[in-house]
Amino acid sequence: MSRMARTAKATREKARVESEGQIVSNRRSHLQRLEAESIRILREVVAEMKNPVMLYSIGKDSSVMLHLARKAFYPAPPPFPLLHVDTTWKFREMISFRDQMAAEAGMRLLTHTNAQGVAEGVNPFDHGSSYYTQVMKTDALKQALDRFGFDAAFGGARRDEEKSRSKERVFSFRSAAHGWDPKNQRPELWSIFNTRVKPGESMRVFPLSNWTELDIWQYIRTENIPIVPLYFAKERPVVQRDGALVMVDDDRLPLHPGEMPQMRRIRFRTLGCYPLTAAVESDADTLDDIVTEMLIARTSERSGRLIDHDEAASMEKKKREGYF
Amino acid sequence: MNQLPSISAPVVDYLESHEQKGLLRFLTCGSVDDGKSTLIGRLLHDSKRVFEDQLAALRSDSRKHGTQGEEIDFALLVDGLEAEREQGITIDVAYRFFATDHRKFIVADTPGHEQYTRNMATGASTSDLAVILVDARKGILQQTRRHSFIVSLLGIRHVVVAVNKMDLIDFDADRFAEIETGYRAFAESFGFDTLQVIPISALQGDNIVERSPQMPWYAGPTLLGHLNEIDVSSDDAGQPFRMPVQWINRPDLDFRGYCGTIVSGRICPGDPVAVAASGQHTRIARIVTMDGDVEEAQSGDAVTLTLADEVDASRGDVICDPKARPEIADRFSAHLIWMGDQKLVPGRTYAVKAGKQSATGVVSRIGHRIDVNTFAQDEVDSLSLNEIGFCNLALSAPIAFDPYEVNREMGSFILIDRMTNQTVAAGVIWRSLRSADNIHRQAVDVDKQSRAILTGQKPVALWFTGLSGAGKSTIANLVERKLHARGRLTYLLDGDNLRHGLNQDLGFSDADRVENIRRVGEMAKLFVDAGLISLVSFISPFRSDRQLARKLFEEGEFVEIHVAAPLEVAEARDPKGLYQKAREGKIRNFTGIDSPYEPPEAAELVLDTVARDAEALADEVIRYLGLD
Repeated sequence: MSRMARTAKATREKARVESEGQIVSNRRSHLQRLEAESIRILREVVAEMKNPVMLYSIGKDSSVMLHLARKAFYPAPPPFPLLHVDTTWKFREMISFRDQMAAEAGMRLLTHTNAQGVAEGVNPFDHGSSYYTQVMKTDALKQALDRFGFDAAFGGARRDEEKSRSKERVFSFRSAAHGWDPKNQRPELWSIFNTRVKPGESMRVFPLSNWTELDIWQYIRTENIPIVPLYFAKERPVVQRDGALVMVDDDRLPLHPGEMPQMRRIRFRTLGCYPLTAAVESDADTLDDIVTEMLIARTSERSGRLIDHDEAASMEKKKREGYF
Repeated sequence: MNQLPSISAPVVDYLESHEQKGLLRFLTCGSVDDGKSTLIGRLLHDSKRVFEDQLAALRSDSRKHGTQGEEIDFALLVDGLEAEREQGITIDVAYRFFATDHRKFIVADTPGHEQYTRNMATGASTSDLAVILVDARKGILQQTRRHSFIVSLLGIRHVVVAVNKMDLIDFDADRFAEIETGYRAFAESFGFDTLQVIPISALQGDNIVERSPQMPWYAGPTLLGHLNEIDVSSDDAGQPFRMPVQWINRPDLDFRGYCGTIVSGRICPGDPVAVAASGQHTRIARIVTMDGDVEEAQSGDAVTLTLADEVDASRGDVICDPKARPEIADRFSAHLIWMGDQKLVPGRTYAVKAGKQSATGVVSRIGHRIDVNTFAQDEVDSLSLNEIGFCNLALSAPIAFDPYEVNREMGSFILIDRMTNQTVAAGVIWRSLRSADNIHRQAVDVDKQSRAILTGQKPVALWFTGLSGAGKSTIANLVERKLHARGRLTYLLDGDNLRHGLNQDLGFSDADRVENIRRVGEMAKLFVDAGLISLVSFISPFRSDRQLARKLFEEGEFVEIHVAAPLEVAEARDPKGLYQKAREGKIRNFTGIDSPYEPPEAAELVLDTVARDAEALADEVIRYLGLD
């Protein structure tokens, strides 16, 4: 039994004792309430949509989302496949972790890479992060959704990540062209979700909408959820570039004049494509350390995402184009 | 992952205490001018939720867009989308998150102008507490009344009135006391469980986190102090057990799990339960989780239950306490908050989603509209965006529910436009309408079947739909003549003719058109009941309206015939000169010109009036009836 289940039980026992004393306690911790809300969302999609898929990005949020899906449908495996949009620039450790997790969950793993982007040699160095993201992530995702005909795709995005996400719906409606129109989103009341779509239209569904980065780490800790080892501090080769620490994951990273990879004790707060994801110097090599670090953190995790700095409100623009 | 013993025991205690925080969801309502965004920005900042990189971005933004000179403009921290940053207004519900050592907070940040009633209701629907902002200089305004009303309608029991901008009235204790007394007097009728009035300055941080040295006369809690301490736990777990079945988990023949979220009460294995609609009884066998079976579950938990007996329960059914069951009804009264850009049309069919139950339904009557500023009750025949009405609804099938004031989850629903799929209304159920139960149908000895035997024909309704000028009346006329010649009893109901008599009180508004259809449908049904073949010649442009008519009949009795002609052709024919008048603007809402025609998707017959003449098409109808 996980620690959370044990604590839930203790809480219930406490409630029962109190109820005998005429005081009924309804207390559930914030993590228990978030968990229940997410499970409800996951089940609603399976009950109402024809062909759902879970976007699996291998990061900590995806790990939590996958764990919640396993809980929601236990003892059955989650009744939908995982989809990984592979830009070919993920950390190597992420790929091996991905295959292992899908197998453990008993789920089918689909991967998709924008073949045209690969053929044209699109990469984050020569084409800039913005164009690269458009081709290898956004376009690739649309291709994959069209290819398999999914009408609902779970994503691990959270409202606290970025300002334009704070108004995102749990069920985010997308046109047949995958476009997101902030003015054409449906009001969401209570926990009643309007899941109706016409052929070709789809929903992006965000079960972690109300989680914060700290909640994610706390939940990983209480539930003992496996995560990619890159989140833990370790000596790794890095170069310092524009004030950010970029890990040299393989020999595809072109070194600028004067750059020499150095071994530094680093970890990642967020994981994406390795040339676009900055590391932080840290000694946190256990989950306890990470959560402690989080509780006193002074910078937001998005500061480690190099694409957000391109231009003001850049996330809003990307989303309109169909980025997750 | 292994946890190395590098962390001391007190740190682990600290981490675990942080995992055991409570959660409070609250709503903030107020206009831009009240300093709402500033207040939330201040709460995020003062509770250390703002990171250094965000603060740096905020400093540069403040210089560019801010209204506070060189000072940080906290409002910019929360005004998200580019479009609204430029306009300086908040146009949608935004969700914010912060935490203290005691609690995690989810803030539904909603704009307060009248045209945003929709957004406020959305934010309120998931909140347990509301913070209503009042500008100390202006006192209680109409909008304060509006906010309080919506908060109360959506079932929020705990209210904080934050009297902001105290710095602009020199922290005047008397002025504050006056506002507090005034508010308490008018809010009395709402009967909130708790009501706290707090004098603050969001801009300067007075009484937000720290007590204000400027207001030593105020003895109550600070805003954050109050939010940290207040007990909003309603006694949901003490209420009768309810779990709407969300999904059936059936991985193999040996396991059938009923998945859902418990919306009230608590449950243990062995407890007796019933399926609300069918009344079947059984017991809880197991409460299954990935961490092993558990001994108890309660309101708010997302669970998988197995039952001791095989019962007939699927998505939408409610598993409940057998001694205290929800109501089952297809007619009820409810408050509707209209959210659609198109007006409510009484009589038009909407999709209804109530919890996990889906149905279709119509608003059968609008009792009154409530003026959200004065609470006056107006008689109206429709509701527009952001209006609230007290209505009667009639559903296609009964649903299980409790009144909203007893159980928010069991008493709420949404209406969806079936054409656009937009959510057009939110509803909170008041009570069931039992009048329907009291009008028992009069059983008669001579029924439809015996009359049909006497007339020797299968009574049907032939429903001719199509554009004006398509040839409906011409063809219907011919069909009736041919039937008559074959000795069949018929009756032709013509749209235009009926408007001179039965329907002469109806105009051409959306509501009147629906009523027009309803009457004609009911009339055709009576003729079918009388054993006749009734022919209806009627533009009936909207799919949902024709669907409404179809529903009055039994399977096979309703024959939808699309008299098809392209608009150009119909307009060129223009037998009554109506198209020309419509083009000249002399007739409004004319089908095909400034009002749409929705062709049938699955008509029993489609008559192509371009390819063939009326005579041949009438024969086709006769052939369809098997009377050639």
